[in-house]
Amino acid sequence: MYSDNPRKFIGGVHPDDGKALSCEKPIRIAPLLEKYIVPIPQNIGKPPKVIVNKGDLVKKGQLIAEADGFVSVPLHAPTSGTVGETVLIPGAVGTMIPAVEIISDGQDEWGSALEPIPDWKNTDREILKKRIFDAGIIGMGGAAFPSHVKLSPPPEKVIDTLILNGAECEPYLTADHRLMLEHPNDVLEGAAIAAKILKVNRVFVGIEENKQNAIDAMKEIAGKYGIKIVPLRVRYPQGAEKQLIMAITGRHVVAGGLPMDVGCVVQNVGTCAAIRAAVVEGHPLIERMTTITGSPVKDPCTWQLRIGTPVAEALKMAGGVIAPAAKLILGGPMMGFAQATLDGAVAKNSSGILLLQAEETGQYTSNPCIRCGRCVDACPMRLLPGPISVLVESEKYDQAEQAFVMDCVECGACSYVCPANRPLIQHFRRAKAEINALRRAGKK
Amino acid sequence: MLEIILISAGVVAVLGLILGLLIAITAKKFEVETDPRIEEVQELLPGANCGACGYAGCADMANAIVTKGVAPSTCPVTNEEKQAEIAKVLGQEVGEAKEKMVAVVFCGGSISRAGRNAQYNGVMDCRSASIVANGGGKACRYGCLGFGSCARACPFGAIEMRDGLAVVHPELCRGCGKCLGICPRKLIRLVPAKAKVHVYCNSLDKPQQKRKYCSVTCLTCRKCVKAAPDSMNVQDQLIRVIYSNPPDPSFVEGVKCPTGALQTEESHRCLVPKAAADGKEK
Repeated sequence: MYSDNPRKFIGGVHPDDGKALSCEKPIRIAPLLEKYIVPIPQNIGKPPKVIVNKGDLVKKGQLIAEADGFVSVPLHAPTSGTVGETVLIPGAVGTMIPAVEIISDGQDEWGSALEPIPDWKNTDREILKKRIFDAGIIGMGGAAFPSHVKLSPPPEKVIDTLILNGAECEPYLTADHRLMLEHPNDVLEGAAIAAKILKVNRVFVGIEENKQNAIDAMKEIAGKYGIKIVPLRVRYPQGAEKQLIMAITGRHVVAGGLPMDVGCVVQNVGTCAAIRAAVVEGHPLIERMTTITGSPVKDPCTWQLRIGTPVAEALKMAGGVIAPAAKLILGGPMMGFAQATLDGAVAKNSSGILLLQAEETGQYTSNPCIRCGRCVDACPMRLLPGPISVLVESEKYDQAEQAFVMDCVECGACSYVCPANRPLIQHFRRAKAEINALRRAGKK
Repeated sequence: MLEIILISAGVVAVLGLILGLLIAITAKKFEVETDPRIEEVQELLPGANCGACGYAGCADMANAIVTKGVAPSTCPVTNEEKQAEIAKVLGQEVGEAKEKMVAVVFCGGSISRAGRNAQYNGVMDCRSASIVANGGGKACRYGCLGFGSCARACPFGAIEMRDGLAVVHPELCRGCGKCLGICPRKLIRLVPAKAKVHVYCNSLDKPQQKRKYCSVTCLTCRKCVKAAPDSMNVQDQLIRVIYSNPPDPSFVEGVKCPTGALQTEESHRCLVPKAAADGKEK
């Protein structure tokens, strides 16, 4: 099943990937909608401050919220039109978040304050970094971490490798796949810009073997930028930062460490395409590739959606729902967030909108651990999910912390393989939240 | 033969005597003086080791009462009789008794009365549901989640889960306040036990919104505030009883709250169906 050639990490699972639903279909550009609802807190860190008022006229790409601090990014209008109400919508994780309505005027007229920099090769690194910040670019694989922060490693850390994450190991999603296949130059030029900012020569693109056509398309022009394409074993979570570094460079990020500790910076391929659009074309981040898929969707496909597209409108674009759907997930089925309503909107990190039928999701009752050890084999972080879950269940957070629960990447591989249907990942998310709360309270 | 038995028995007997004497002398010499009152006081304390007093269990509390002169009423769980007995042991006057407090869960939204917008499939625990799934499917963002974390935490078994709602039995509740910190929605509060009327709602949403998902929500119509301005007031979006001057239980009958959020403690308990009790056993 696995050839020897592609590089490996330890552990992981291989769920049925469901990518066949949408991977053959070209990217479609979404039609202009009447109304967009742009969520304000989209990035990790401080949410930006809204600078427009109700009734203001905005142009496409105009600043509507400015960054508040270093770990924060600005937001831009997805189209030209009028600023509507500030409303509360359910965010990806379910809490209510503020969002600004933009009512389209149908003109879709650009008004970006960013000048294109076609000659980026001879431009100062700081200017390029500033541009990435101004364009509001965040990690588009799902983490939503501001990209300019990732590209500003502290001076004592020596960075020698830039890794592009094109693994797309989440089942069902084909957004990165189609992007690499159809716009390989966008991705690679963006990577070259990021490499210039980081002053590195070693640039790799990790792509899972099941996307052979994307590997071929990328290989064709990768030489122009001196970038190496690395085929990877098809195994979830291949796209997790630490696993990707392990598979490509063989370097091991120690517990509690960051990729920069081993000289690596990892960027998603979608983020690189956004970097190129920001620098070469002067376009802020207002669009992204999102896979609208699942068996109840009439026409599953990858779409180029504006940030702020309401989820209900996005599903309409995909032809609507033809079978009773039981679960709506923003993101992929392993790490995405189940939604209670259709009121949400596409954010900068929404890689997919996934609908599942009742028999595809299942309702499980948790049973006692039978100590089979399958979760231990599956854990890519080499943790002991079963015993840790027992500690969390009895609220022994200090012991769970000693068992490295904070190193859990929440990939869900353990829950996926557990024959006792234990909600392992839920336990770990809870433990991490409780431990973080305790740390913040200064009780530790 | 007999001689050997006698000698060995004699040696053991003498050895026993000597060692026994030694132990007796050492015990006398190195005796740790303990106040016998500590043990007496500890026996009068409830023995639940709930920690509500701030000490590490009842033994620690008894020690503090005797040696550090902490007032027996620091234990929120004891009643006045026991406090008087403790005072008698210590030969003190009974200090001013603290007002008895009981916990109240400010929500009336049981499964049959408050709507849900999703099916929750995860850890059956309020804190977990709140952190991981933002409340586990209950439409109201303020109401009782119904997984019974508070009931499991109560050292006195005073909280019962009925139809997905935590209900406090005031006669069992000793006011230790252990449930207050467990509830992720901060729904439980300690109120004076003499207050028998409460507004069972904690939702800060607008009345139009609340009406959609809950049939027993407080719509802030102010009917009760107008009837008894000294006993009821509006705080934020909600009406609350002024606990320094609580209304009589008969007040509820007279006001006829349009949704039934205003209830006496007893009528509130009776309205939640008992048959569908769940949570605690699961």
